Amino acid sequence: MSETDGAPSTSNRTPAAHAGLSDPATAVFSEAQLTEVRRLQSLYPDPRGALLPVLYMAQESFGWISLEVEEYVAGLFSLSPAHVHEVVTFYTLYFRERPGRHVVSVCHNLSCHLAGAPGIIAHLKQRLGVDPGETTEDGRVTLLSVECLCACEAAPMMQVDDRYELNLTTPKVDRILEGLA
Amino acid sequence: MTGETILMRNFERSDSHTLRAYVETGGYQAWAKAQAMEPAAIVEEVKAANLRGLGGAGFPTGTKWSFIPKNHAGPVYLVINADEGEPGTFKDRYLLERDPHALVEGMLIAARAIRSATAYVYIRGEYVEPWRRFSAAVAEAYAAQHLGRGFDIVVHRGAGAYICGEETGLISSLEGKKGWPKLKPPFPAIKGAFGAPTIVNNVETICHVPHIITRGAAWFAALGTKTQGGTRMYSVSGRVARPGVYEAPVGITLRQLIYERAGGVTGNGRLKAVVPGGSSAAILTADEIDVTMDVDGLKNAGTMAGSAGVIVMDETVSIPEALMVVARFYAHESCGQCTPCRESTGWIYKMTCRIVEGRGRKDDLDTILDVAKRGAGTTICAFYDGAVGPYISYIEKFRGEFEALIPHA
Repeated sequence: MSETDGAPSTSNRTPAAHAGLSDPATAVFSEAQLTEVRRLQSLYPDPRGALLPVLYMAQESFGWISLEVEEYVAGLFSLSPAHVHEVVTFYTLYFRERPGRHVVSVCHNLSCHLAGAPGIIAHLKQRLGVDPGETTEDGRVTLLSVECLCACEAAPMMQVDDRYELNLTTPKVDRILEGLA
Repeated sequence: MTGETILMRNFERSDSHTLRAYVETGGYQAWAKAQAMEPAAIVEEVKAANLRGLGGAGFPTGTKWSFIPKNHAGPVYLVINADEGEPGTFKDRYLLERDPHALVEGMLIAARAIRSATAYVYIRGEYVEPWRRFSAAVAEAYAAQHLGRGFDIVVHRGAGAYICGEETGLISSLEGKKGWPKLKPPFPAIKGAFGAPTIVNNVETICHVPHIITRGAAWFAALGTKTQGGTRMYSVSGRVARPGVYEAPVGITLRQLIYERAGGVTGNGRLKAVVPGGSSAAILTADEIDVTMDVDGLKNAGTMAGSAGVIVMDETVSIPEALMVVARFYAHESCGQCTPCRESTGWIYKMTCRIVEGRGRKDDLDTILDVAKRGAGTTICAFYDGAVGPYISYIEKFRGEFEALIPHA
């Protein structure tokens, strides 16, 4: 992406574009985290190879990837904020707004569909009162409907945060939801 | 046909992912043997074994390795594609979780063959447990000094994008970019990751390598067909009694896989259709399943072995609805780089929706077929060709079922 090399690290975004974002002062890594950033960058012949891992670090630290976080990370790599924005928006696992405390991603692809995923999704919508892509009002759960998570032998299935929950039934879904604080 | 399990031989052990269990069952002996072999001899052994890539394309692995320029002075990279994402496929998840050291050992041998000092293992972001298991195995291999003595492994997590399973899309992603595939040539073996010669291999492909070195190319080749050696892991899901991953010689038939391994068809018990190699493979009808599951067997049957993800549908399944689900996937995952793919996948999904909802137009089916056939082969990568497989085959083989949903068809 040489066309973005050397671009200034500040943006011309209007203040309105920043509305509702986290306090920029908090979007800064600790010294220990900066050491980890440099370690990750050293693993690749071009330090920019570490962009995806560092974006994961940022998401873990700051909760989500705001435009300020994109600018901050861009600065760590001497990349333009536009490059980082392009990367963040390309992938599904970076959140561009604050997700719920738990993320529930239900597979809706073919094997899960054949095993009853539409019913599982309808049940989750009804129990949580949100549509896929939305977060419950209390900030507890973000519901997503996603493509194949490659656990088709145990369809229907969903991912709850880091865990795969397999062979779902509506009672099992209810038990899982009850366990989410 | 049952035969010996090779890749899955330790899966029943609860500690199969540990270095101890791996060494107890003969692990790292192939690496000891390979260290006494010339790199070119390793390449020749893998060529003679007829090992073919098991991620989707089925390219001969030893031949791919031989494309690395001879006497190249700079770095050469080995990249492992653990970005499993083809709908209906889950075999690499099992290997990463249950036998991660097989991948480490296979990588050591492959790296010697292509003279690589650094490898990247690109694991899909959603695979958190497989990533933890594999990372723990890498740490064990460093502690045992299998790694760190001229060969290093970097574990790299993807961030959610099916297209990064395409090898040049994966390379773009590894370089810190969005996962846009690159025009070939140059092929990765000439100019790949970070501009250096690179071999991208699938997890399962590399897990076969230690066995080829230990037991020899002739043994491996004899397990399979004339043009493809060995066994592979078939992921079987959908309407079968025992969905799961089954290892079998590549000459097993689709009928044997469904009825002898996976326990036969559920639903109303009568088979309607099967996707034989992940969702990008053309669909087969119930009377097309006496076909061998090797790369060339399925190619000759007008479909593909792909990632060996088998999705079974009984007579109660609506094929138009299945196509709508598959079309939604391709519309969502198109990376947007090439116009025919970006535009067609979106519009075809919309058309399948209106057909399923009873609002289809008289010309919709012919329009989809026309757009699919014109676009095939016009894009940078194989993603759109993979979408065209289902579009055309579902409609051509089950046209009556689609027409029944379209008013005035």
